[in-house]
Amino acid sequence: MEQPLLEVRDLHVSYAVYQGLLKVIDGVEFSVARREKVGVIGESGCGKTTTMKSIMRILANNAVVEGGVITYKDRDLMKISSHDLTVLRRTSMSMIFQDPTAALNPVFKVGDQLQDVVRYSKLVGHNPTDKEVRSKAIELLKAAALPEPARILDSYPFQLSGGMRQRVCIALSLASAQDLLIADEPGTSLDVTIEDQIMRLLKGIVEEKGLSVILITHSIGTAKGFVTKMLVMYAGTIVEESPTEELFVNPLHPYTQLLLKAVPKLTGGGIPEGIGGRIPSYLSPPPGCRFVNRCPFAMTKCQSKPPFVHVGNGHKVACFLYGG
Amino acid sequence: MILQEDILQVSHLKKYFKTSRGLVRAVDDVSFGVALNETFGLVGESGSGKSTVGHIVVGIYSPTEGKITFSGRDISMGVGRRPKDLKKELQIVFQDPASSLNPRRTIRQILELPVRVHGLASGDGVGRRVYEIMDRIELPHEYADRYPGELGGGEKQAVAIGRALATDPSLVVLDEPTSALDVSIQAKIINMLLKFQKEYGLSYLFITHNLSLMRNVAQRVAIMYLGKVRELAETSEFFSNPLHPYTKMLLSAVPVITPEEEKMKPEKVVSTGEISGAIDIPPGCSFHPRCPFRMDICDKVDPPMIEYQEGHYVSCHLFPAGVPSASSGSGSKSSSKDK
Amino acid sequence: MVLFVVSMALLAPLVAPYPGHAEFFVDYNNSLAQPSLQHLFGTDQFGRDVLSRVIFGFRYSLMMAAVVLSLVVAPGVVLGLVAGYYKGSIIETIVMRLADIFLAVPPLILALSISSVLTPSVFNAMMAVSLMWWPWYTRLVYSISSSLRNEPFVQAAEIIGAKPSHIMFREMLPNALGPILTKMTLDAGWVILIGASLSFVGLGAQPPTPDLGTMVSDGAKFLPDQWWPSMFPAAAIVLVILGFNLLGDGIREMFAAEAV
Repeated sequence: MEQPLLEVRDLHVSYAVYQGLLKVIDGVEFSVARREKVGVIGESGCGKTTTMKSIMRILANNAVVEGGVITYKDRDLMKISSHDLTVLRRTSMSMIFQDPTAALNPVFKVGDQLQDVVRYSKLVGHNPTDKEVRSKAIELLKAAALPEPARILDSYPFQLSGGMRQRVCIALSLASAQDLLIADEPGTSLDVTIEDQIMRLLKGIVEEKGLSVILITHSIGTAKGFVTKMLVMYAGTIVEESPTEELFVNPLHPYTQLLLKAVPKLTGGGIPEGIGGRIPSYLSPPPGCRFVNRCPFAMTKCQSKPPFVHVGNGHKVACFLYGG
Repeated sequence: MILQEDILQVSHLKKYFKTSRGLVRAVDDVSFGVALNETFGLVGESGSGKSTVGHIVVGIYSPTEGKITFSGRDISMGVGRRPKDLKKELQIVFQDPASSLNPRRTIRQILELPVRVHGLASGDGVGRRVYEIMDRIELPHEYADRYPGELGGGEKQAVAIGRALATDPSLVVLDEPTSALDVSIQAKIINMLLKFQKEYGLSYLFITHNLSLMRNVAQRVAIMYLGKVRELAETSEFFSNPLHPYTKMLLSAVPVITPEEEKMKPEKVVSTGEISGAIDIPPGCSFHPRCPFRMDICDKVDPPMIEYQEGHYVSCHLFPAGVPSASSGSGSKSSSKDK
Repeated sequence: MVLFVVSMALLAPLVAPYPGHAEFFVDYNNSLAQPSLQHLFGTDQFGRDVLSRVIFGFRYSLMMAAVVLSLVVAPGVVLGLVAGYYKGSIIETIVMRLADIFLAVPPLILALSISSVLTPSVFNAMMAVSLMWWPWYTRLVYSISSSLRNEPFVQAAEIIGAKPSHIMFREMLPNALGPILTKMTLDAGWVILIGASLSFVGLGAQPPTPDLGTMVSDGAKFLPDQWWPSMFPAAAIVLVILGFNLLGDGIREMFAAEAV
């Protein structure tokens, strides 16, 4: 079996705040193979972005990584030098953020920002000429399906629409992403029809370049049309991992089931039930399964951490209902 | 499109904003009616003008042109000029609960306001009333002296709903009430809203971009694009037989999770292009730059609204036949708007 | 720090070793005595204990700050709320242009001119400074209230039917409280400095009033040999202003933390 591109093992991340320690990420484990598209779904506050930031090593100052190993291309990201990390960020992995307006510096022209990234990427040689950099930048904008790339290079972010800004961000990440692309809710701030276009664009680019993708979203339908493997996160833990189709046909974890039920359906059928309760406080989370307070099937066993149970076909679930 | 008995009647409503970059035609000749006890849905993407319509109903804006009445009373004046008894009847729930509740006021103070303003209770009665409201929205009494920042998104929105209902209104504008909430909380809030509608006989103007949600809450739906209504129909008809290319485009783009929904979707109209700014609105039919079915006439003449079938209206040159619909009053006065 | 100063001011008569020296007192025998155990800060040219006068000086400084601020804050804030609430109307224009006019004149200059025309006194100095000061509050509050004007929670209050006075004082004002308090503490420092400056040039407090500025000015004649009549009051001024600045920082942080 080929070595996975990215492997996260037993990750524990907390945030130090005034009231104490927010134990957010509690033993997250997953892997991403080459050319694999993985989706992470979960609701706000479940830790998806924190996990990704841990991988990209862009956590906030008050974040405390208490444990875990993140292996990327056979190197431990927790331990490599900051120089090596910079090289990786410039030439191998990249991230697209939720809000394209915030991701672009409003006082610099798009061209300046893009050319900066290109200059340090793998796409041009050492000491490229300005002309080389500019033409590469235009190429990237074209790849992101932007019309009139030359004009865009000379524009400021505020002169572009939301969809165009997001495409610029995609172009930016294309410059440096040769292996892994992390997309954090790329369509959330966009209209549905524009999101549709962006996701189709991403799909095309990803297939063409053979990238691995981690797609974070709370829109389950968006993930379904894009990824081959799904991870369901709840309160800082992964509760279920499954190939995409399988998850919808056979959701196992009670949270997954409730979540899928809670989505309104285009076919009608009325408004579903929500999930009662709130996510647990990260200051004093439950010792065992973190969904225990809202789970209709909670047992006394659930006071201890449920291990992953493999039910075959690459489908595993962290729930005592299935053994463990 | 408007029936005599409709509690809210909107007729040829226009709202233009003058900005330094030009005239923004946010709402550009919109007509519809909302019946008693009905949930009327207004769907559209950003720039469609749907929120502006909602804002006009509650008086945040005054129309530039057009007629808008509630229970027969003219409500074209801004909220500052409305008589108190009218203010009581029309309320709104905003999209973002964090900014619709004053961060420096406690929940109690927020909920007391409508009670005091409309004299619904006095003295000790005010406090009791506040607890009554909190019971209705299923919020524990201990929350009364907390600040909005201490509550979760769903709880804040529940407070916003409680506040809107405190004046015992007849019509509530719901402007993307759950768009800022997680799916699991959304369900709870929507169920609450539907329950209240039945209990208190409310009419809702439900504004959202989420078609799957709209499918399950509204009795009739109108879709807006760049300030105009392009299609209006009863919900099941709207979703099973969409006519306008934009409606089809929007429906095609909805991310769904079950195969049944996938089958329901119309033949894929691939979404192309972007919505143009509301300042440089394309001539003719404003959708023509993105329309895969564009014809010669589409960039010259704006199509009239016609009644394709009973209760199903559409504004598109693909459907020129049919009697142009009446837009106000009762019956069907036909006035051809072709050329 | 501020608490220290405030308590000194309040307890002055009790704490000062020689309270009588704050008033008219002359003891030429003791004139310009060096700091010693009997007179920790030394004595001035009239033989008055500098320490006592400094302590009393605190009193006057604080009083001046309190009076000016109480005259200035209320009207300034109210005008700012009104201007912000009626944003886009003629009321806003009138209020803000009025504020602009008053802001255009540098406070110290105006204070100097007024003081020199009228009889120099602490009272007149305070009046002059007050006249110049209110527009700052109006501007500060206006920037907050006008940015809040179209926030959903203000619109919601209007739709509920709240009166303008409610919206201004109950919805907008609480959000402006943090910056207002911060500014007040920083302004206290400024007012004291201006008052001291006026007295320094002789237009504010008159002798024998132990105003810190007057003391610095009087003592300046004896620099650098007899440094204490001038330096101690000067240090006291610095201490007071620094104290208020730190207090202001603290308040600002406190409100910033809340706003999260």
